[in-house]
Amino acid sequence: MATVSLVAIVLVGLLGLTGCGDESGGGTDTLGGRLNGSGATFPKTFYEVAIYEFLKQHQATTITYSGGGSGKGRTDLQENVVDWAGSDGLVKDADRVKYKGGEFLYFPTVIAPITVAYNLSGISELNLSPATIAKIFQREVTAWDDPAIVAENPKVAAKLKGGITVAHRSDGSGTTENFTKFLEKAVGTNAGGAWKLKSGSTVDWPADTQAGNGNAGVSQIVKDTKGAVGYVDYSDAVATEMKFAAVANKTGAYVTPTLAGASAAVEGAKINDDLSYDPLWADGAASYPITAPTWILVYAKQGTATQAETLRSFLLYLLTDAQKLADSVDYAAIPASLAARAVTQLDRITAP
Amino acid sequence: MTGSTAPPAPFTGRVGRADAAFRYATIAAGLVVLVVLGAIAVTTVRRALPAFDLMGFRFLTSSRWDPNADQFGAKAFLYGSLVASAIALVIAVPVSIGIALFTTQVVPARWRRPIIYTVDLLAVVPSVVFGLWGILVFAKVVPGFYDNIASAVHPIPGLRSLFGSSHGRSYMTAGVILAVMITPIITSLAREVIDTCSPSDREGAYALGATRWEMICGVVLPHAKNGLVGAVMLGLGRAMGETIAVALVIGSANNISANLFASGDALPARIANEWGEAEGNWRAALIGLAVTLFAVTILVNLLAAFIVNRSTAKSQGAR
Repeated sequence: MATVSLVAIVLVGLLGLTGCGDESGGGTDTLGGRLNGSGATFPKTFYEVAIYEFLKQHQATTITYSGGGSGKGRTDLQENVVDWAGSDGLVKDADRVKYKGGEFLYFPTVIAPITVAYNLSGISELNLSPATIAKIFQREVTAWDDPAIVAENPKVAAKLKGGITVAHRSDGSGTTENFTKFLEKAVGTNAGGAWKLKSGSTVDWPADTQAGNGNAGVSQIVKDTKGAVGYVDYSDAVATEMKFAAVANKTGAYVTPTLAGASAAVEGAKINDDLSYDPLWADGAASYPITAPTWILVYAKQGTATQAETLRSFLLYLLTDAQKLADSVDYAAIPASLAARAVTQLDRITAP
Repeated sequence: MTGSTAPPAPFTGRVGRADAAFRYATIAAGLVVLVVLGAIAVTTVRRALPAFDLMGFRFLTSSRWDPNADQFGAKAFLYGSLVASAIALVIAVPVSIGIALFTTQVVPARWRRPIIYTVDLLAVVPSVVFGLWGILVFAKVVPGFYDNIASAVHPIPGLRSLFGSSHGRSYMTAGVILAVMITPIITSLAREVIDTCSPSDREGAYALGATRWEMICGVVLPHAKNGLVGAVMLGLGRAMGETIAVALVIGSANNISANLFASGDALPARIANEWGEAEGNWRAALIGLAVTLFAVTILVNLLAAFIVNRSTAKSQGAR
């Protein structure tokens, strides 16, 4: 009896606190639940900002994002360790059966260019075609005055001199995966064959190249080494004030990496029914060809109604209001049409 | 002992039971270590099996590490771990033993404590601090030194291949930073071992007219020799397992080169770098690297235990 009355007192107390006549429980302030996430580090800054803003409005909810890499996010989701995973790449068909929670959905969130950053004194504009980038990163072109580079940069030909130091990521990374996918798509086996290292979150780089940990590590090498070149996420390249090359896109136009160029690339890409798409080497004269996508992966079937509702509201926020925050942290918002399709897909997140 | 005739009364009753309980408690404590070690070995080997099945012995003999093609050869990382650790020992051992001899044999007693504290302080600096210092400061200034050494030894055939061109991140850089990290450990163990040398032996040497140098060479070092080897082995164990500092400065290149100034990679560094993105066989292969490291570290520690045991037995035998 004592316990029952104690429970009653606590319940009355809680009602009194939340009270204010709101008995329906449908207001956003009553949103509860806890969403743990892990995965890609590339969109982490954006997710952190978005989570911070979202939780300001929903103080009873807990949302975390611990990063760790796309592979970790996917493995964690497979094992039901997290409720949502960030991933820069798609799940291979063979791996689908490993997902213990059954069917999962892709939600595209933001995009960003990957820059080809370089350290050459006196040169502030550099044009590079995918074929030349492939030769540089495979160490087939090892000097800046190589005819291949000079031919693309007649204006600064006199200043192009010295050896090239190639910097790449030492850690497995979605950035490496997208950069190598771009090269494979533009000049790989099916497109001329200049790129031979295939694609993946790490590839078998030539031994006489330099490796740095994370975007910061690669930036460090490029900044410290005269004649160095490396691939760096746009936000890090901007933050560390790097110089980066204009890259030739599918139409042959040299495009400098900008958020607008990234958005143009998504406009030119074909969106599949599951909202997967490939903005690398996209059509369109204004498209920046090395544009990286990223997705959030969640299971369609959630354990409880609260969990499903919290997940839907958080994703809805990411796809709508949070898109306006993307610019401030150097990511590009996804096009409105794609965001609208993703919002429609939210209905497929259900609870038993 | 003189004058006493009756033997002491034997311990009985509760004391005997307490003894037995103590014995079982310590056996249990000892077994826990073995069980945990065994469990770690079994689970890691089991999770690494897909990679071992895939590669067989080529896991250790191949140097092709290409996750996209399902090729996992750890030879270059094993090589890098051994080379960087060897460089660390070559630098750290003379310095450590020097410091130990200095603090026990040379320095006046009132300066002894401050020096020991300073050296021990190095041991508590987190490894990531050494790593960041290495990458932001040390790796930036060394290429100049490396180039000077390389051009100085260029005419000498053997040394030419050992000291070539460099970018700063290399076996040598990693080795030097590891040397800084293991010096306090070796120093502190070496000091303890050297301290066990009895004053009467040392005074005996002086009485025979030996100089300090002759006393150290003739009495202290022979007495401490085996213990010192154990201290060095423990330092080697730490150097082999060090992850973050090495990951930051060794260069992360899948490379086997006799040139100590070239970039390479080490077992734990490769695991730390690639874990986040690895799935399937790749993940299994990284666990396989951990198993390899585990095996090498256990071998080193067994060797150390063996040498320390032998040295104890020998010094007791001499008494």
